[in-house]
Amino acid sequence: MAILEVKNVGKRFGGLQALNDVNLSIVENSVHAIIGPNGAGKSTLLNCLVGKLIPDTGSVMFDGQSVLGRKPYEINQMGISRVFQTPEIFGDLSVQENMMIPCFAKRDGSFELNALTRVTSQRDILDKAEEMMVEMKLADKRHMPAASMSRGDKRRLEIAMCLSQDPRLLLLDEPTAGMARADTNNTIDLLKQIKEERNITIAIIEHDMHVVFSLAERITVLAQGTPLVEDTPDKIKGHPKVREAYLGESQDAA
Amino acid sequence: MLALTKKDLSLLLVVAVITLAAPIILNPFPSGSGMSQFNAGYPDLMQRFVIYGIFAIGFNILFGLTGYLSFGHAAFLGVGSYSAVWMFKLLSLNVIPAIMLSVVVAGLFSVLIGYVSLRRSGIYFSILTLAFAQMSFNLAYSVLTPLTNGETGLQLSLNDPRILDGASAATYPNLFGAQMNDSTTIALGNWSFTFSVGYYLCAILLLLAFYISIRIFRSPFGMMLRAVKSNQQRMNYTGLNTRPYTLAAFVISGMYAGLAGGLLASMDPLAGADRMQWTASGEVVLMTILGGAGTLLGPVLGAGFIKYFENIFSKINEGVLQAWFAFMPDGLQDFFVAIIYPFVGKGWHLTLGLMFMLVVIFLPGGLVEGGQRIGRMFRRKSRSETPDGKTTPAE
Amino acid sequence: MDAILLQLLNGLDKGSAYALIALGLTLIFGTLGVVNFAHGAIFMIGAFCAVTLSKLFNMSHKATEPTGTDFLGNPKFDDILYVVDWFGEDAGAWMVDWAVPLAILFAVPIMLAVGFIMERGLIKHFYKRPHADQILVTFGLAIVLQEVIKYFYGANPIPTPAPEAFRGSFDFGVLLGFDPNAVIYPYWRLIYFAFSALIIGGVFAFLQFTTFGMVVRAGMADRETVGLLGINIDKRFTIMFGIAAAVAGLAGVMYAPINSPNYHMGMDFLVLSFVVVVVGGMGSLPGAVLAGFLLGILESFASMNEIKNILPGIDQIIIYLVAIIILLTRPRGLMGRKGVMED
Repeated sequence: MAILEVKNVGKRFGGLQALNDVNLSIVENSVHAIIGPNGAGKSTLLNCLVGKLIPDTGSVMFDGQSVLGRKPYEINQMGISRVFQTPEIFGDLSVQENMMIPCFAKRDGSFELNALTRVTSQRDILDKAEEMMVEMKLADKRHMPAASMSRGDKRRLEIAMCLSQDPRLLLLDEPTAGMARADTNNTIDLLKQIKEERNITIAIIEHDMHVVFSLAERITVLAQGTPLVEDTPDKIKGHPKVREAYLGESQDAA
Repeated sequence: MLALTKKDLSLLLVVAVITLAAPIILNPFPSGSGMSQFNAGYPDLMQRFVIYGIFAIGFNILFGLTGYLSFGHAAFLGVGSYSAVWMFKLLSLNVIPAIMLSVVVAGLFSVLIGYVSLRRSGIYFSILTLAFAQMSFNLAYSVLTPLTNGETGLQLSLNDPRILDGASAATYPNLFGAQMNDSTTIALGNWSFTFSVGYYLCAILLLLAFYISIRIFRSPFGMMLRAVKSNQQRMNYTGLNTRPYTLAAFVISGMYAGLAGGLLASMDPLAGADRMQWTASGEVVLMTILGGAGTLLGPVLGAGFIKYFENIFSKINEGVLQAWFAFMPDGLQDFFVAIIYPFVGKGWHLTLGLMFMLVVIFLPGGLVEGGQRIGRMFRRKSRSETPDGKTTPAE
Repeated sequence: MDAILLQLLNGLDKGSAYALIALGLTLIFGTLGVVNFAHGAIFMIGAFCAVTLSKLFNMSHKATEPTGTDFLGNPKFDDILYVVDWFGEDAGAWMVDWAVPLAILFAVPIMLAVGFIMERGLIKHFYKRPHADQILVTFGLAIVLQEVIKYFYGANPIPTPAPEAFRGSFDFGVLLGFDPNAVIYPYWRLIYFAFSALIIGGVFAFLQFTTFGMVVRAGMADRETVGLLGINIDKRFTIMFGIAAAVAGLAGVMYAPINSPNYHMGMDFLVLSFVVVVVGGMGSLPGAVLAGFLLGILESFASMNEIKNILPGIDQIIIYLVAIIILLTRPRGLMGRKGVMED
């Protein structure tokens, strides 16, 4: 059953048709990768899913409800979490506080004026944060300012923050961009583990074919704002249209 | 106790002891001695310490936690003062309704301004708040003269109705009969200490304000505010709506400013538009930064520091300087007097401006951070262990 | 009709000052990315350049008057201006009379120097710091500069007249067929407007037609790329800061006869100029100029009695009101580029 249904989505920036009649459906509990050369519209599509951009045409339904016109925080509250290309974390706050904030958002909603309760008295939140930190091997860093961690740790923290909210759909925007091979492999392992242990749908936008083929169950290839093909990794590998999109004379090689 | 950690509780206790014993602590020099000009233990000055301390504590909840730099907070101080004086005129000279109204009116006013200004962030927010404050200032001088009495300022008069006060009532703001300017002076040998009603009212409210600020800092709400400062994007994608958080912080700090304004008017029942000018807004920014934005103690320290030196520096004139350097040969004496003179007396603002620059350039964390750095230096000398990587917010 | 024309004219001189200051602010923000709260102080220093030159020219020494003695038989003294001593009677008198325009020559190097020193000595260290720090440090600098001026020149406004030839007013209305005395406009304000137009034109021409200007414009659009081309953009930006300071300074010099300079005039203009920059669009030079004139004229219309009777106090707040509305409805300002500092 599809948890995310994108229908006829189009988006134009001035003279550039960034997305053109995109149809996409992501099946629940699957790992779905969206690949494509630079400028194919992957990031635009992602931004349309999370409320940063509003498409000109078409509809985006998450679990039967439209996300169009909703603010990013509302869409998150519906159950979509997003991991950014460069880790977006609360750099000035400690790792533990970073972990607690999404837990509060999950428990209390988008705003709660709990100005006279103490953070240290919120047992359920502390426990949940602790559990996630242990699971993601961040527990020994709990008092460090998040900004002072390595890039790989920041990425893990960001994923941990998203997971702590038990999202139904996790969106990853080039999660291994700029990472060394070892860090990339660690991230792949982490994502595999998440996929196995959790009841979660993952959509991943990626350049790195190694990452895509190790994780994805289905792949959509996007080129010039339109889905080219959608299929299983094995079929995509040798697909002539994909080769053309990546190696064709008018496109940059990815 | 009081739902505080041990560390916070001891901080609160230290502040409480210092504030309550201030009339003694701040008068270390015998009256009449040459050093007595450095005493600060008289009611008028101590009240200013404490009132501006409240103002800065409130400002810090907005600027220190969320990073939104408001350049218009003096408007709330001014509104608080006007409300209090009106309450004195119409209802009663008892300070309680006056202060309550100050807080409420300033709170409502800040909801209005905050709602609009917080739609933007960064410099746009600063300029918006500046524009609003300047607008209020201009209005107070012109159209709103019936409410503000224009340039003269709003004052008490004998014809005021004062519905709740009988004909025989007090002539000065009071707390159930205890007038704000009442004081007892106790002489101990060469020392004399003045305990005033007004000061103790302000001091108790400061402690309350400080306590609430500790609670806010340690609450989930306070954590959210720091998260706003750190990364709004992540906030939004974590399902949190930043705007009500910033608005709440804005309104809370506006209410603190209103309280400070109400207290200023209670100590001296007068309200003028100059309290709302943007230089006054700049002053509270300086207090907060000088002490250490985002720290608990910083704003109080900063307010005390600035108000103290303002007082001392303004008192020093050429004669005083000549006396200080009298031990030097004539030429040198004149030289030093000539160098220092521009910075004291009427030149206090020059010193203030320089201090502002120096703090921002060299000590962005303010006095508290400076103190911590010195403390760390000493600790490192005594035992060279690995530094602990803790990030508990500084006190 | 004549009343409207009069207000239009009245708005021009204030508008010119706003436009010139806002132009400098925008140049600095666009090139260096710095929010300069000390820019108003530069305007003020410019005005005090005019004051200083006028004072210098009016310096005199005593000389005995050869023709006679006073009633007690003591010799009479005359105040003789040094400029008269040095340059002769006519030239000396002319210099005193023309002190303000002459101050332009005197102010340009001073203002350039002020700009260079400010940028190299202070602002440079704040490029990478948050905007809040930039605001705060330049705010401190503005206080320092104005207090220094106050120390040397006192707190009272110092009248600094325009040259005799421009002191009168010009009956503008007669030209257009209105009744005499309906639309009267002081000559100096007309000059001020023409002067501003000249400077604004000069700055735009400089940016448009010189290679230097081209690089600066490119840098305003995309600093990193220009840096990657191996062009030393920093040095040019320092020069731009100097030019921005000179523009504000000249605006101040010429403004001295319109409003007697005092030490806080810079702050008064600064707040409004920021509003102008925001309305025009952060980083847009034509926007700054347009908004400057627009708000100047709007302000003068709002102070018409007909309008004040309907909306009392509107003249006091019109500029802020416009700014607030613009910021809320069109945050990039009238002519700002999309995406530049929009939130």
